[in-house]
Order: sequence, then C-alpha cells, then structure tokens
Amino acid sequence: MILVVASYAKGRLSKATYELVTAARQVGSEDAVGVLVLGSGMDAVAAEAAGIADQVLVVDDAAFARYSPEVWGEAVATVAAEGEAWLVLIAASRSGREYSPRVAVRLNAPLLEDVISLSRDGGNISAQRYSFLARATETLMVETPVVVATVKPGIFAAATSGETPGEQFEVEQRVAASRVKTFEERVDASSAVSLTEAEIVVAGGRGVGSAEGFERFIVPLAEALGAAVGATRAVVDAGWRPYTEQVGQTGKTVQPKVYIAVGISGATQHLSGMNKSKVVIAINKDADAPIFKIADYGVVGDVDRILPALLEKIRG
Amino acid sequence: MKILSVIRQVPDAESSLRAANDSIDLSNTRLVMDTMDEYGVEEALRLREAGSGIEVIALAVGRASSEEILRGALAMGADRAIHVKTDLVLDPVALSGVVAKIVVAEGVELVLCGGRQTDWDSEALGAAVAERLGWPQLTWTNELALKEGALTGRHDVDEGSEGFTVALPAVVTTQQGLNEPRFPTLPNLMKARKKELRTETLEAYGVVPMVRAVKTEIQSRKRLQEITVAGDDAEGAAAKLAGILRTELKVVA
Repeated sequence: MILVVASYAKGRLSKATYELVTAARQVGSEDAVGVLVLGSGMDAVAAEAAGIADQVLVVDDAAFARYSPEVWGEAVATVAAEGEAWLVLIAASRSGREYSPRVAVRLNAPLLEDVISLSRDGGNISAQRYSFLARATETLMVETPVVVATVKPGIFAAATSGETPGEQFEVEQRVAASRVKTFEERVDASSAVSLTEAEIVVAGGRGVGSAEGFERFIVPLAEALGAAVGATRAVVDAGWRPYTEQVGQTGKTVQPKVYIAVGISGATQHLSGMNKSKVVIAINKDADAPIFKIADYGVVGDVDRILPALLEKIRG
Repeated sequence: MKILSVIRQVPDAESSLRAANDSIDLSNTRLVMDTMDEYGVEEALRLREAGSGIEVIALAVGRASSEEILRGALAMGADRAIHVKTDLVLDPVALSGVVAKIVVAEGVELVLCGGRQTDWDSEALGAAVAERLGWPQLTWTNELALKEGALTGRHDVDEGSEGFTVALPAVVTTQQGLNEPRFPTLPNLMKARKKELRTETLEAYGVVPMVRAVKTEIQSRKRLQEITVAGDDAEGAAAKLAGILRTELKVVA
C-alpha cells in the first residue's frame, strides 16, 4: 500500500492532497492508495478523501484536534507500519516537512524531501528535488523496503474522483500528548489570493520604500491582476508586511505563471523561493541588481514613477 | 547544563556553483558555516550568558575542512568542539543518528541547528534528532529564553506563529531574525586556538548514508532578458510592460 497523509483546512481536503494521490498513482500503478485522515471531526474530510482513494483510514479523535509534530509523527508511522505501506507521501508544507523526519526515523526509512518527481524501477526509488537554494536539481536514489517522501505542492496534477468511492476504515490510535504547550496563536492576515497557489504574484522588496508604498503600489497592482502579494525577508523584518507573504529560503516557495518583482534586488535566499516561476518581470532602479539576471522582462527605473503609470495602463 | 550547536560547512550563498558528475563541485567554492546554523551558535552563547553553569559545544560532521567552521564557532565563544570526520555525504536522517549518539554520550539537554540547510535545502535534521532521542522539537524559532529548565519562545507555523513553552530536553531549529550573530574578536580568535577540538571518525558511530545522489544539474533556464531602461520615460516603460502583460502573457483582460 502507498499511504498518503491528508492535509486539510476548514473541513476541506487541500489541493496538495489531490496532488499526492496523483504522485502515488504514478509511482505505484499496481498499489492500493490509502489516504490517512488524522484529526478531530473528520467526517467531511474523510468523505471527500474517499472520492480519490482506494481506502480511507480515519483517525478521528479529540487527541488529534491540534497538529503537533510529535503526535503526527507517531500516529503516521504507526498507521504506516500497521498497513505495511512501502511508501508514505506527505505534502511538503512547513508542518509536513517538520513531522516527516520523525516518521522516517520511526520506520527506519530514508526521507526524500520536497520532491518534484518520483519513480520506481524494481527495488529502486528515485526522486528529483531542488537543492543549493533551488539553484540545482538533484536526482536521488534509495533502495530500502520503506520510503518516506514529502512532495512539493503545485508540481503534480490534482487527482480526479474515481467511479466508486474508497472504503472508509476507522483506526484507533493512542499516542502520547505533545510536551509543548502553545499559546498566543497568530494567524497572519494574508491577501485574498493564496500565495502558493496564485497564478500571478506581485512581490515587493525594500525598493518599494515603506509599508505605505506597498499599499499604494503593490496591493493595488495585485488586486488589478487578481494576484497574490509577496514580500522579501527585509520587508517582513521591517514590519511592512506579514510573515505569511514572505517568499524565499525562510518563507514560501512559489511558482506562478507570472512573478512581478518590484524593488527587489534578488538575494540568493529570495531567488530560491521564486526562481521556478514561469515568467519573471523585474522592476528595479539598479540595472546591476541580480534579479535582472533571472528576469524575462525588466524595467530599470524608479518604482515611484513606473508603478503609478503601470497601474493606470492596466486599469485602462 | 550542556547545549549542543550543530553546524555544517556549506557553499557561500552568493558563490557560483559548478556541477561535476553526480554532485556539485565545491573545490573552488568559498565554504562557510551555514548561516542558518550560525544563529544557533549565537543563541547558545546568549542562553549561556543569560544563565549559569551552561557549556556550549559545537559539533560538525563532515570533511576535514569543517574544522574551519568549528574554529569559527570557538572564536565566537563556544567552549569546545567535536569534529566527526568523514568524506561521506550523510543525508539528514542518517546524520541525526550521529548527533543523537553524541547528545547521549555528552549528556546534552538542548540541541540547536539551522531550520533549513543552504546546500540540500533540507529541513529534516532537527526533527530527526528529536525523534531519535524521544524529545520534543520547536522549528523556525524567532524568540527563545531559558528559565528554570524550561524554554519559552515564539516560532513560525504554517500560516502564522505561536508562543510556546517546553521543559528541557528539547531540539530547537533556528533561522534569520532570531538574533544577530556576533563576529569573533581578536582576543577570542587567540583564545579559540587553545580550546578543545576533539576529532573522531564516523566509523565509531556505525552510521551509513540512506540516500544516494546519482545526478546533480545546475539550473540553466534561459530567460528572455528583455530589459527596458526607463530613463526619463516612465510612461513609455510602463506602457511597454502593460502591453507584455496584455498581449504576450495574457494576464490582463
């Protein structure tokens, strides 16, 4: 069996789960695909998962109401071992990448992180992933009976529902509670369009000048294009924009059809979060800024002058 | 109490990369302490300075030249260093086996390491070490304080952040924003030469790589490179860009 761990939000499966099922079907066309739904009050999520899975394993318990890497690591590894899964697939979200190493250690399995391809050749599993701040693509190979992999969102197509829904099984799990006590949870406000799923991203750097500059130039341009707003580390550190909008090594990785970089010089750490965008447009006053090296289209000029003119022309 | 700061030697983020056969050729690349790990060294020193009876140990598992980054950690102020020498490339899950054994042997109560490696872009080491030890973990930490055997702080999660408290022992992963790493001063550089740097071999740990890299390629995506210099004609440059968005990319109706 290939075990796919469902990720979900607000009672709906996330797009990443559909993509994991596609990855599972591609790598193991002969294998049953089981989706593990772990949480509390999971009826709707489990029913939705049944549409794309051969089996749905449901762990529905108040003990799983809140995500914790310790709890998730133990539960996922236990279900994988009991179900004799040879491959465990987890979405490469921040939380997925945080608990998947625990699953690998528990299963004595190698971990393939943030993969963009996955294939099987006899007893060998190979995968591709980006490395060196997304400047290189490496092909990895493992030859173990059990493998754990996290899959980069937005790479695989979403699975479509089968004709017969998968069977649902209730699974009992008793795991130790997390020893970490949390408080003051803050969900950062984010733009109307999800940054990681957006087809267009308008991102600003220090060259935008101020928080006010974002409100005057970046947010309206994003609205006019139906785009998500992104920001660099420096901008987030300065408190101009929330952390959820940060793109780069310590923020989100995006790969939209069009990435518009405004006032961004292009530090390697930022580029690593956006250099897989299909088309990159850069606007910056410094002609030598590294961002222009990876741009398809660029304008060397003042953000204060280019952006108002651009907004006017787009709004028509 | 002992704090272990795990550091790795990686290419400088701004250096150019060259691929050779199945891996990246680092022979002509400037190698540095991973900045993500450097925040961990700094945080360990700050916790030591704010508390009492704390010893800071720096650990590197890797090629002979990793000694340079251990000397760097000692010059920043770490008390002593351990170098497990190997030319093998250990994936993070395999590496965690070495780290966990050293933690047990040394009686360490807090492990610090970078949240994401600059070379493999891996986020796995901290969690894998925590799992091997049966310890809790806090990743992507922004604030950290130690009081009466418990850590309090804040860290980033999927869509925001949260405060936390946890009793030691624990593993914490570090990132930019947690602190500003100090530069070694000359007296500290002199002192660092006299500090203990113990060398061991990987064989003693019985750890082998679980993942093999069979091919590595540098991205060579050709970009169009159609750059317009606006000069005094912001209107013209904006009009051209709007035209590209409308007709070439078809993202404006």
